[in-house]
Amino acid sequence: MIAEAATLFELRGLVTEVASSSAPRRVVDGLSFTLERGKTLCIAGESGSGKSMTALSLMGLLPQPMARVASGSALYKGRDLFGLAPDAMRLIRGREIGMIFQEPMTSLNPVLTIGRQLFEAITANATLSATEVRARALHLLDQVQIPEAARRLTQYPHELSGGMRQRVMIAIALSQKPDILIADEPTTALDVTVQAQILSLIRLLQQETGTAVIMITHDMGVVAEMADHVLVMKDGRQVETGTAGNIFNAPREAYTKALLAAVPRLGAMAGTSLPRRANQPPNSAREVVAVDNLTVRFDLRGGLLRQVNQRVHAVEGISFRLHAGETLALVGESGCGKSTTGRALLNLVPYTGDISVNGTHIAGLRPDQMKPIRRDIQMIFQDPYASLDPRMRVGELVAEPLKIHRLAKGSELTDRVEYLFRRVGLPAEAASRYPHEFSGGQRQRICIARALSLSPKVIVADESVSALDVTIQAQVLELMQDIQNETGIAYLFISHDMAVVEQISHRVAVMYMGRFVEIGTRAQIFENPQHDYTRKLMAAVPVPDPLRHRRGYVPFGGELPSSVHSVRYEPQPAVYRDVGAGHLVAEPAI
Amino acid sequence: MIGYLARRLGQAALILLGISVVTFVLLYLLPADPVRQIAGRSATAETVENIRRQLGLDLPLWEQYWRYLSNLLSGNLGRSYLQKSEVSELIAARLPASLLLMVGAIACELTIGLTMGVVAAVRRGGWVDNLLMVFSFISVSAPQFVIAILLLYVFAVKLGWFPIGGYGTFAHLVLPSLTLGLLGAGWYARMMRSTMIEVLRQDYIRTAQSKGLRGRIVLFRHAIPNAILPIVAMIGIDIGMFMSGIVVVESVFGWPGIGQLAWQAIQRVDIPIIMGVTLVSACAIVIGNLVADLVAPLIDPRIKLR
Repeated sequence: MIAEAATLFELRGLVTEVASSSAPRRVVDGLSFTLERGKTLCIAGESGSGKSMTALSLMGLLPQPMARVASGSALYKGRDLFGLAPDAMRLIRGREIGMIFQEPMTSLNPVLTIGRQLFEAITANATLSATEVRARALHLLDQVQIPEAARRLTQYPHELSGGMRQRVMIAIALSQKPDILIADEPTTALDVTVQAQILSLIRLLQQETGTAVIMITHDMGVVAEMADHVLVMKDGRQVETGTAGNIFNAPREAYTKALLAAVPRLGAMAGTSLPRRANQPPNSAREVVAVDNLTVRFDLRGGLLRQVNQRVHAVEGISFRLHAGETLALVGESGCGKSTTGRALLNLVPYTGDISVNGTHIAGLRPDQMKPIRRDIQMIFQDPYASLDPRMRVGELVAEPLKIHRLAKGSELTDRVEYLFRRVGLPAEAASRYPHEFSGGQRQRICIARALSLSPKVIVADESVSALDVTIQAQVLELMQDIQNETGIAYLFISHDMAVVEQISHRVAVMYMGRFVEIGTRAQIFENPQHDYTRKLMAAVPVPDPLRHRRGYVPFGGELPSSVHSVRYEPQPAVYRDVGAGHLVAEPAI
Repeated sequence: MIGYLARRLGQAALILLGISVVTFVLLYLLPADPVRQIAGRSATAETVENIRRQLGLDLPLWEQYWRYLSNLLSGNLGRSYLQKSEVSELIAARLPASLLLMVGAIACELTIGLTMGVVAAVRRGGWVDNLLMVFSFISVSAPQFVIAILLLYVFAVKLGWFPIGGYGTFAHLVLPSLTLGLLGAGWYARMMRSTMIEVLRQDYIRTAQSKGLRGRIVLFRHAIPNAILPIVAMIGIDIGMFMSGIVVVESVFGWPGIGQLAWQAIQRVDIPIIMGVTLVSACAIVIGNLVADLVAPLIDPRIKLR
């Protein structure tokens, strides 16, 4: 009876359908759960599992007119939300159920000030005087720990960082003191240190306000950090539900077990020196990439004559070596210069300093001179959806580099493409299909096949597994390692994800504000981190273990310092201290 | 801001210079001879040569242009060959009527076009949407003189709501403005519909709905300001389209604007008037675009004038 009293919300047999060219497709199929007052329910699942559709169904915000709730009931305060008229449902939104979305960059209206967007949320269902509204807005911004709240009210969304915008979204969602807060992947688009701040903020606000939270996430680490109860979803159905402890420690269903097994766990590789699947140490005698004092600065123009008056210091004097058969990971948060470094290696951005690829200095080479270099160095990008031309068959896409470099034609070309498709685990018949016919993981395999087609010595993998579900991510990482074992290819693996980096790399460089703060072997960095920033990054990674003590409040660490400087600014060169066996740490802390 | 304005005005001067060169050369290459027009058919060869010399039309092209340009820089647009008065006076007398017509046309474009676009986007896929899009298609594709005659027949001749032609009262303005604005209204309806559909799909619209705001507020405060931006840029370009439109519309409705003036001048190869009207139109287009660019950051704070 006590449990009954605590039940705030109950979902029974939700079926949500999306219209398709043939029959309506069920994206949520018979989902039920109960939510207790002040507790957190995490709905976990991979992309396409129907978890976001569930949230939108509850809010009455399904994309119209394609999607609809076909059956089921959502019982809240004695009413069935699905039976409400549109106007009555509008009164539920915001006042009874608030929602935070995944993309803080696009979830706020770009042409309205923060103040305007917050005020209208406060007054959506209430009549307050202007001073009361302002006071409430300032209080809310304080609650979500935005410094200089009064000034923020007059700012526009584009003037705020992603983490700040998500704080504003939380303030908006809580502005009408809802009983339920739905958070749909609220930290997926954020850097890991900001994620830690936002998650702890949601926990803190939950304690203060007694709001029940439905947290939707693909990240089992986030689930472990947040959940009282967990509901695992797959293909629109519930796979398993239970307390967080039960799901993590005694999962009953095979899918839950597989999901948990696929999650890379930070520290899981302690005591080893090679990547998970490596069978031999890299050939440290052969350098395939040598970078010395690489600096990339972008000019900003301004003033009456549009002269260069400021520069973005994207990369600031970094040096490293990459050997055959080795994986060097560049890890850091957004804006640290890791992607720019990768692009410099292919001469895609102007730079100073020296880069040689397979013994050739590439600085200042013309495009035609770069062509032979590109046989040795290739790139795989983050977004497998955007990096394949939708109008070409995937076979043509994989064959294209071979044609451009005139390495194969006719049946030889066909054979080579077939081999590449099989090598990345796709059937050879797949070559005649178009990119949209493949899933995200399959597309990333196609991108890998394309990058491998020229048998390069080095592949720059820029966040290549970040957009993939964990189980797919694990498979792609395995594939990349198997290819390395077989061919002795070297990877420059660019990532924000410490746990993934630990799985795949031989050596790791931690980047911050365009510089390496620490570089060393995988074991040196992960088992003996020396720099404050490295430690902070590792501490911020959510750990998929609910028994681990939940971190207390993570204070707002301030915005990242700006990397924009005046033209005259010349930074101090970084000084490194060798703490043993080539483990370099920037000194003093940058 | 001041630097931006200075640069844009400098660019505008260059554009006008370029237009004056191109128009001048084209008129020079024209097979029609203005002197023959002035002198009449019965004039002797000597008279023709005299007139030619008087007007300076016997000089080489570059010298003619140089004369014209130096006059222009001192604010002198020259004298009409046939109307025996200053071009600047002729244009000044007729420009207000044309500007009034353009303002009326822009008002029609925006009210009709944007309303149609928003309604169609909100009701997309329904019969209202289809009907509006058929209507916009007709207004985009029908020639203006056809629309003019159709409107005259229905609203002036049959219903008698508006006068058939002339200038003076608000009632006189309605049909010419509608005729001139309908083409743009059709374009705007289509543009507004597609940008609105795009905007209504954005995350921030969902955020606005999740606050529990009324549908009307979501539409007017969140969706429309975001959708209207590309339209603002179009209005500047529209003024150029009007310049060709007013020639037809002013003739049909007997509207005493520069369109009529230009039409008469073209028929009689009255070069100073053609040059003058062309330059005034070019000015209007340049100013229209500049205003559109200056207004854009007021609507979208992300736009910075550089």
